[in-house]
Amino acid sequence: MIIKLTGGMVYDPANNVNGKALDIYIKNDRIVSKQEVTQVDQEIDLRGKIVMAGAIDIHTHVGGGKNNIARILLPEDHRSDPVAATELTRSGTGRALPSSYVTGYRYAEMGYTSVFEPAVLPVNARQAHMEMGDIPILDKGGYVLMGSDDYFLQMMTAKKDQQAINDYVAWTLNATKGIGVKVVNPGGINAFKFNQRQLDLDENNQFYNVTPRDILSVLAIAVKELGISHPLHVHGCNLGVPGNKDTTLSTIEGIGGLSMHLTHIQFHSYGVEGDFKFSSGATEIAEAINKNKNITVDVGQVMFGQTITASGDSMKQHANHKHASPNKWVCMDIECDAGCGLVPFKYRDQNFVNALQWAIGLETFLLVEDPWRIFLTTDHPNGAPFTSYPHLIRLLMDRSFRNDMLKTIHPEAQKMTTLDTIDREYSLQEIAIMTRAGAAKLVGLENRGHLGVGAWADITVYTPDDNREKMFEKPDYVFKDGELVVRDGEIVHIKWGTTHIVTPEFDSGIEKDLAKYFSRHMTMKMGNFKISNDEITEDGRNTLTVQPTQRGIL
Amino acid sequence: MTTKTEVPSPFCGIGTDDLVLNVDGKSINVLANGCAINTPAFEQAIGDIVPRVNGKEVAIEDAVAQAADILKTSHQTLIGGCATDVNGMRALVSLADHNGAVVDNIAFNTTRRNILALQDSGWMTTTLAEVKNRCDLLVVIGTDLEEVSPRFFEHFIWNESPMFLEAGAQCKVIYLGKEPSGQSAVSPAGVRPQVLPCADEDLPEVVAVLRALVKGNNISHYEVDGLALTDLQALAGQLKGAVYGVVTWSAGSLDFPHAELTVQVICELVKDLNGKTRCSGLPLGGSDGDQTANQVTAWLTGYPARLSFAKGFPEYDPYLYDGQLLLENKEVDALLWVHDFNSKALPPEGVVPTIVIGRSGMHFEKEPAVFIPVGTPGIDHCGHAFRMDGIVAIRLQKLRESGLPSTAEVLTLIDQAL
Repeated sequence: MIIKLTGGMVYDPANNVNGKALDIYIKNDRIVSKQEVTQVDQEIDLRGKIVMAGAIDIHTHVGGGKNNIARILLPEDHRSDPVAATELTRSGTGRALPSSYVTGYRYAEMGYTSVFEPAVLPVNARQAHMEMGDIPILDKGGYVLMGSDDYFLQMMTAKKDQQAINDYVAWTLNATKGIGVKVVNPGGINAFKFNQRQLDLDENNQFYNVTPRDILSVLAIAVKELGISHPLHVHGCNLGVPGNKDTTLSTIEGIGGLSMHLTHIQFHSYGVEGDFKFSSGATEIAEAINKNKNITVDVGQVMFGQTITASGDSMKQHANHKHASPNKWVCMDIECDAGCGLVPFKYRDQNFVNALQWAIGLETFLLVEDPWRIFLTTDHPNGAPFTSYPHLIRLLMDRSFRNDMLKTIHPEAQKMTTLDTIDREYSLQEIAIMTRAGAAKLVGLENRGHLGVGAWADITVYTPDDNREKMFEKPDYVFKDGELVVRDGEIVHIKWGTTHIVTPEFDSGIEKDLAKYFSRHMTMKMGNFKISNDEITEDGRNTLTVQPTQRGIL
Repeated sequence: MTTKTEVPSPFCGIGTDDLVLNVDGKSINVLANGCAINTPAFEQAIGDIVPRVNGKEVAIEDAVAQAADILKTSHQTLIGGCATDVNGMRALVSLADHNGAVVDNIAFNTTRRNILALQDSGWMTTTLAEVKNRCDLLVVIGTDLEEVSPRFFEHFIWNESPMFLEAGAQCKVIYLGKEPSGQSAVSPAGVRPQVLPCADEDLPEVVAVLRALVKGNNISHYEVDGLALTDLQALAGQLKGAVYGVVTWSAGSLDFPHAELTVQVICELVKDLNGKTRCSGLPLGGSDGDQTANQVTAWLTGYPARLSFAKGFPEYDPYLYDGQLLLENKEVDALLWVHDFNSKALPPEGVVPTIVIGRSGMHFEKEPAVFIPVGTPGIDHCGHAFRMDGIVAIRLQKLRESGLPSTAEVLTLIDQAL
C-alpha cells in the first residue's frame, strides 16, 4: 500500500524542515522517498494543511497500580464522563484518569502516537505492561523506578562499585521491560517507611546513611555507562515545598555535567517570597537550565479543575494529604521496592497557590530558550489530564490569549508573576520540537518523531487555525505506522502499537545474589519476578521493540 | 513424570510461589509447601472435558453457538462469578461491552466492605514484603487469619531474618475479635498471640473505642463489650509505640451489617497513627481471582467489578448491580457464569437460562443450558493473577496438557459469535 500525502506544509525539525510544502510517501508502515514509489494507491491532498510527525508524550501516567487505585478511588469523576461503545471502539470512561481504551482513543484523536509511563515500579511492572497492553493505537514504554528499593540502598551503604550498580540497573531494566530509569524523591520513599518525613538533597536516609545526591549521581552514571539513551529521569526532592527551587538548583549544579532529565519542574520551582511565603522560582530555574546543556526538563503544567495526583512519592503525598479535594486519599508502601500516594486535587484559579503554580509553569515554558530541552507535559493526571494539551499549546503560542487568562486568576498571584512581561510565543516548529523531534530524541526512539525517509509513518495533519487550541484538539488525519487511525478528530481504525524497551548488557553472575535475596526477603522468587517476552506478545496484538543502546543490542 | 518447582498459586491470595509439584500426565501431586487451600486445588483431578448443551455432550462450536443464541435473545444478561485470570477478564469485559451485560464478581459483597471505605475516605496500606521485613506489631481484627490464609505466619511473620527488625526481635501478634483456630500464630519461640476476644457484632463499637483511644479521647466506661478498657488502652499504646505496625482484616470475615463502616474506622485509625509513627492497613483477599476481576475492570472501565454495560457504557453501582438480587428480582433473563478456579463454585440456581464456563469437574443439581468445561489458569494454561495486595501480579504457568480451553478462548469465541 502506497499513500501519497500531497503538498502539506511540513514541520519536521529533525530534518530541518520548517514549514515547507512537501509530498510525503508512505509505503506500508514507513516513509519512503519518491524514487522508491512506482505507483500510488491513494493520494490525499494536503495543500493548505499542516503536517507533523505523530506526537510523543514523554511523561504521562497511563499504566500501573497507582493509576488503578486512583480510578477506583474516584467513581464520581468517571460518572461525569461516560464513553459509549461504537461499532469500532470500546466503551469506557474519561476524566482525570480515563480507562485504558479511552486513553488510547483520546490521545490518538489529539494526534499523539506514543506515550511513556514514567513510574513503573519494578514489582508492579507486570501490571503496568498489562494495562498499557490494553491501550489501543499508541506505542508505549515505561521508565523503571529505582533508588528507594532496599536492595539498591544496601548496595549503596556497602559501597558497592559502580560496575555492580550498573549490572543491577541493567538487570532491572531487562527484568521489567523498561526503556529508561526513573528516580522519585531519591531514597525518600524508603525513608518514609522508617518514619522519616523529610529528606533534603544532602540529608541522610537515616537508616542507610545515603543522601539523595549520592543516589542521583550513581544512577546517572549507571545510565550513561550502560549507554541508555534516555537520561536519568528525576522527580527530585521536596516536591511542592515552598523554597524547593534551591534544592532544584543544587541538584542541577551537583550532577557534574551528567545528563539528567528533571521532570514536572514546575512543582520544584518554588520560592518563599511575598506575603504568602510562596513565590515563583521559574526565572532562576530557567536560567540554570539554559546554562547547563546536560539538563532537560518537562514542565508538569497545572491547569484549573478537578484532577488527582498520583505519584510514587509516598513521603510527599502523605504530607500533602491535607489538601485532598475531595477529602479522601491513599498512601501505600510497596514491597521493599517503592510506594505510592494518591491525592485528589482541585486546582482553583482563585486560589493564590494554584494560580501561581499555573503561572510558574508557563514562565518556565517561556523562559527556557532551547525547545529541544523542554517538554510539554501536565504530568498527567497530576497537573491536569492530558486532554488539556491543546489549551496549553494555545497558551504558549498566543500571547494575548495568555494575558487574557492571566487577568482572570487570583489577583495576588498576578502580582507575583512576570508572565505579562514575557513576549515570547512558541512557533509551530518549536511545538513540533517539544512534542515530536525532541521527544523522540529524549526517549531514544529510532526513526520516530520525524518525517524523513525511513521513519515510521506516524503522521498528524492539522487544519491551520488562529485558535491553536481548536487546531490541535482535532487533527484532520492521524496515521499510525502508515495506517489511517483518525479522520477529523475521530477514530476510524484500530491498530496496536509496540512497547519500546532497552536491553542493556549485564553480568548475569549477579543473579546468584539476587536469587538469594528474593528467596530470603521478598515474597516472590526471582524467576517469577522477571517478565518474559511472551507475557507482552502472547495476546497477538502487542509487540516489543528493542531500542539501541550505545553498547549495542543484547 | 516431571517435578516443577517455584510454582505460583492463584488460589490462596498471597501469591505463594514456592510450591513443588509432581506432574504425571494429567495428574498433579503437591510434594512440598502445600496448604489446606492450595493442595486440593492443584491436585483435583480433571472432570468433564466435553461441553454439554441441555445435558447432551456436544462439540465446542455447538456449545458456543447455543451460548451465543441465549445471549442474543436475552434482554439483560448477568455475567456472574467472574473468577478467572487477566485474559479471562479481558474477554469477559469485551463480551459484556458488546452484549450490554451486568458484570458482578462473586466476592463483591465482601470486597464491597473495603471498596466503600476506600471510596469514601481512602486508606494507608502496605504489601506482603513490607510486612515480612518491617512489621513489629501485627493486629488481626475480626479474622481467623490462618483459616483465610494458612501459610501467612510462616511466610511473612516468623522469618529467620527480617531486614529491619533488631536481631532476635520478633513481631508481636494481637488478635482483636475472633480467636485463632490453630497454632500458626504461635511464634517459633513459643510465644502465644495476645487475644482480645469479642463477638463479631461488637467489633464496630470496640474498633471505634480503639480509634478514640488512639486519638487520645476519654472513654468513660471501664468495659467495652466484655473487654476491659485498660486492655484496649494498652493496645492503643502498643500501636502508637510500634515502629511499623500492621493492622489486618479479611473483609469476608467481617460478616455483620455495614461492616464497611468498621473497615473505615480501622482505616482512619491507621491514618491517625501515621501522624506520628508508621502503621499500615493490610486488607486480605485475592483468592480465586477477586483482585484480578477488580483490577482488570478498573483499567478497562474505571470501576471495580460490579458494573453494567446496559446503556452502552460502563456504570458502577455497588448495590444496584448485585447479581443475586438481580436474579431474585427477575431483572435479568440470562446468566453467564464464569469460574475457573473452584468446581464447587456453582451458579445460583434459578429459572433463567444459564451458561456455565467453569472449572472442569463441576457437578450441577440442575443442569445448565450450556456447560463448557475450561482449564484452570496456573494449571492448564498460562495466565496472570493479582495477589491480595493488588500491586503484585503473578505469572501463572501451564503445568500439563489437558486439552481444556481457557476461559479467555471460550469467551472470545462466544463474543465473536454474537
